[in-house]
Amino acid sequence: MDSIREIVVLSGKGGTGKTSVASSLAYLAGKEAILADCDVDASNLHLIMGPDIIKKELFYGGEVAQIDIETCIQCGKCKEVCRFDAISFSAGVHTIDNLSCEGCGYCSRVCPTGAITMMPRLSGEFYISGIRNGSQMSHAKLFAGGENSGKLVATVKKNAYRMAKERGCDYLITDGAPGIGCPVVSSLSGAKVALLVTEPTMSALHDLKRVLFVVRRFNAIPLLVINKSDINEAVSEEIKKFAKSEKIEHLANIPFNTSFVESMGKARIVAEENQFLKGIFESIWEKAKEVADSSVQN
Amino acid sequence: MAQTSNVFKLAVASGKGGTGKTLLSTNLASFVSEFDDVLLVDLDVEEPNDSIFVKGLVSDVYPQFKMVPQWDVTRCDLCGDCVDICNFNALVKVGKMIVVYENLCHSCHACSELCHKNALPMKKHHVGDVSVIKSQNLTLLEGRLNVNEEQPVALINNEHSLVNQNWSKYNYQIFDSPPGTSCSMVASTGKCDYILLVTEPTPFGLNDLKLAVDAAKLMKRPFGVVINKYGSGNKDVEEYCRDNGIEVLGKIPFDISIAERYSKGELLLDKHCFRSVVSSLYNKLENIRISQNG
Repeated sequence: MDSIREIVVLSGKGGTGKTSVASSLAYLAGKEAILADCDVDASNLHLIMGPDIIKKELFYGGEVAQIDIETCIQCGKCKEVCRFDAISFSAGVHTIDNLSCEGCGYCSRVCPTGAITMMPRLSGEFYISGIRNGSQMSHAKLFAGGENSGKLVATVKKNAYRMAKERGCDYLITDGAPGIGCPVVSSLSGAKVALLVTEPTMSALHDLKRVLFVVRRFNAIPLLVINKSDINEAVSEEIKKFAKSEKIEHLANIPFNTSFVESMGKARIVAEENQFLKGIFESIWEKAKEVADSSVQN
Repeated sequence: MAQTSNVFKLAVASGKGGTGKTLLSTNLASFVSEFDDVLLVDLDVEEPNDSIFVKGLVSDVYPQFKMVPQWDVTRCDLCGDCVDICNFNALVKVGKMIVVYENLCHSCHACSELCHKNALPMKKHHVGDVSVIKSQNLTLLEGRLNVNEEQPVALINNEHSLVNQNWSKYNYQIFDSPPGTSCSMVASTGKCDYILLVTEPTPFGLNDLKLAVDAAKLMKRPFGVVINKYGSGNKDVEEYCRDNGIEVLGKIPFDISIAERYSKGELLLDKHCFRSVVSSLYNKLENIRISQNG
């Protein structure tokens, strides 16, 4: 078996515990796995993994239009074709709102004097770091209002796969974004297993069903963990029933525990702080590995 | 626009997910509806949850579309210009075919309008729906992205336009926004009069609050903070707000019974300690709204 097996942690709803789970699995995996933070919009793994940045690069996500006021003849053709209301005309000049511009380049193609240039848009940074457990982590920061988070996720993953190959790691543990949009889709590409972390709330169950659809589309094998499971036992049961009907293996319930927040406050990982929870995470990690391994053999 | 009328557009946002945006949006909307008409708009189109808490009948459904090019084989001369024009890699030439990846299309129309053979006419592509749900004085607009779509921004923009067309009479408009600080958050909050940033008193909450504050400043929107699960975690969020002159408009106490009731999909205004937070938040927002209009 030589291919790298990726396990991506997703949830649909935010705040269910993806990062706590991903960091705990990485802690247990040690040098067996590379860790990738693909929640580039609001990344948190770096707060508890103690990254020691080895390499940092700028991320250019798409382009942004720029008008040269010297060559612009104020004809307004650019404003006419822009579908994003990014070009405004006031006090006799046309200007571009960087936040609204989606970088399609249509304006630059119709400008009769070549006054509009498409510039690379600096929208984030990405890093390769050594982490406390002896392994490495691929992560990034998308600047506020950044576009193309999907492309940045793809960059983080590409680096993570390369790192795993170089260091002979069998696994890649990926912390995903909430929702079902481009960063989630991008984080699922190539993943063998999607570890779905949910909580027993009606909102989380609703969101789980939607993200499951995306997981299935990418042929990743879904596995389920119910976090804070004792907050509402009835909803927990409902989620288990749903998982059964969907033939999703339910790996564990994690009862509500203040250790999650406490360890975060110490910049520590839950599994290294709490022996009871460590036991639960060990069983999750063993099972997730087993399923990921079998997906490669078949 | 808001400046010329009494309309108050309030965005409820956060960097981190699961901090309580929906909890706050639905309960604040319900509170206002006790004495006034209120519009609640669920812009978290990837994972809309407001309708779990606001129970009412769906009175209307507006299908939402984005425009995408459709390849016309009879007109195309396979010059390949469209593939070069598209900055989003949504068009690919495969043998003697042009394949359109509708998911990647940003609806800029460039390929369509610049095609010298008119071989890429634009057509409507269904991306999701906006449902109207009425519950007495409260009207909820719920945007819901189809699960096979990846781009929420077009639907969010459509939802804003729909509000301006059909519900502009509502003086109080609450926009429950998606988590994060990227394009979908900017599209949701960028044109609102005020942004409430909901956070929790943990290192993750603080880290993502700072990102959300950066986004609000970038958009030049006034903003304030609500701390949820107050009493758990630590004091760093409060200290950060104090040191940076950011107003904390409310603190929702950490209380396992709030979590339990939320989990069932219930509103919490009958719980005294929770209601008083919402009520005092409402009063502070009223002052902000009056000072903005004045």
